[in-house]
Amino acid sequence: MIQNLDQILVLLQHWLASFLPAAWQGAARVLISAATIVCVFPALFAVAVWLERKGLGRMQNRLGPNRVGPYGLLQPIADGIKSLTKEDIVPLSADAAVHFLAPVLLVITAFMGFAVLPMGRNMVLVDLDAGLLFYFAIGASTELAVFMAGWSSRNKYSLLGAMRAVAQMISYEVVLLLSSVVVVMMAGSLSLTKIVESQNQYTWGFPHWYIFTPWGLAGFIMYAIAATAETNRSPFDLPEGESELVAGYHTEYSGFKFALFFLGEYVAMFSISGLGTTLFLGGWSAPFSFLTWIPSWIWFFSKLMLSIFVFIWMRGTLPRLRQDQLMNFAWKFVLPMCLLNLMVAAVWRFMGDSWLRWFVCSAILLLAYAGVGLTELRKKHIGPRSYRYAE
Amino acid sequence: MLGEGILKGMAETARNFFGSYFSADRMTTVEYPEQRIAPFEAARVFPFLVYDAKNTADAADWEAGLRCVACQICEKECPPKCIYIDKSTDKKPDALGRPQFYPARFDIDISVCMSCQICVEVCPFEAIKMDTEFELSTDDRFGGLLLDRKQLAKPNEYYHQIHLTEANGVDARLAVEKAKSEAKTKAVAAAKATSAAAATTGEGA
Repeated sequence: MIQNLDQILVLLQHWLASFLPAAWQGAARVLISAATIVCVFPALFAVAVWLERKGLGRMQNRLGPNRVGPYGLLQPIADGIKSLTKEDIVPLSADAAVHFLAPVLLVITAFMGFAVLPMGRNMVLVDLDAGLLFYFAIGASTELAVFMAGWSSRNKYSLLGAMRAVAQMISYEVVLLLSSVVVVMMAGSLSLTKIVESQNQYTWGFPHWYIFTPWGLAGFIMYAIAATAETNRSPFDLPEGESELVAGYHTEYSGFKFALFFLGEYVAMFSISGLGTTLFLGGWSAPFSFLTWIPSWIWFFSKLMLSIFVFIWMRGTLPRLRQDQLMNFAWKFVLPMCLLNLMVAAVWRFMGDSWLRWFVCSAILLLAYAGVGLTELRKKHIGPRSYRYAE
Repeated sequence: MLGEGILKGMAETARNFFGSYFSADRMTTVEYPEQRIAPFEAARVFPFLVYDAKNTADAADWEAGLRCVACQICEKECPPKCIYIDKSTDKKPDALGRPQFYPARFDIDISVCMSCQICVEVCPFEAIKMDTEFELSTDDRFGGLLLDRKQLAKPNEYYHQIHLTEANGVDARLAVEKAKSEAKTKAVAAAKATSAAAATTGEGA
């Protein structure tokens, strides 16, 4: 029974496909899975928007939406109706074709990442051997969509936002990749299902998740930073900084296209949280060996929603960075730490199964953290401005 | 230590988040149409005209009791020029019994009014004061927001209700003035009487 509940979606998919001739069944299964993904995540998007607005409200000592339905639960539906019925404005001087394609491309690329994410035991759309590589290749093309949006709008704010977005996303793409490489080194595979399986083991009831190792924890923190920047979430929301750029690259979008950008942003957030879960938090595996009877997909989605909560929490706490702080942080702090983390992972691998490796690896990482933090990111004391010629 | 501030901030927002379910200090929202905060005494929105009703039960005598004498100082001082006054051609007795002009028309366009209170400060007759009524939305953005003197006239008792301290001060000042004016009229009458008496005695002498 529990076995069946764990595999209920897989069984359902097979049962639905079994009505078709044998030759079509493979394609039908893929289609069913894809349709499920395309339905589940927008639904999750609605829930997440509601959670975000309520959570942010609570963090700011207010109630959040509470007028539409009980506890404001119907607010996402009201928002959806509103954005569907609004006028779709395309600026006269905009490049209409690219202006139209940008949100579509953004949403498509955001959804494609889910193709390789294992969302439960045997629940992966395509089990690619180089799944991680595919994910990053697809993830990088969201930058193109963002730049298309900014460029085609022919608006200075859109273009500035897009420039910022591209600069930021390319910088943090490097960090994102390098922080995930440690996992590949340890698991010895680029396949995301293999990575989850290698974490799905237990010692004394505790799982072998990569976050419970010094290099895994460091990698996870840097992955989280890079993921926040990649999805343009606060405190890295410079591309859409309302206070200076109206809305950044989607300034000139209204109605449903704007809703698509909004959807794309959240779906990208889900997908990057899903990847983080898969790489460091053991994917669909249970946090204790005695909890393995709970269906695997419940664990995956719980971890996903927990990550979303952390995203919301950070948004409620941190102010937006300045452009130079953003770049300094990426290139002077996170990137060196990522490179060091690769070394530490190698040290961990070759020190064998002794307790000493815990001490050595943690010490290297902590010292480097303190050292880089003190030297590279220390506060610069800038005195009063002096004028050479004006006085 | 690097990142300490971030952790502190995260702890604070977490306290706000969970505290908002338990403590009123961390949930300061008032759900406005259903719940209301008692208005502050110093609150002010748009001006209104004060009238003295001789009989508090009778609301119809607002026109007779208006303190405004149509001197038009407020109209001239109003920075956005939102007060429109037509002075009457005849005179009516005011609260002190002296014949005075009265406003045949007194309109305030609250879509223009900026609530600066200058009209209140320049009025020598304590006739115009600030109201606290703020729910003034209407379907008709031209006529509905142009308040005429009937809509603007509110009794002195209402003024006491909304700004008690201020209204008591105004009443005290008016009472002093009234006493002064009565003493003056009495003195004038007495002087007249004595001079008349002197005249008659003089004539008699």
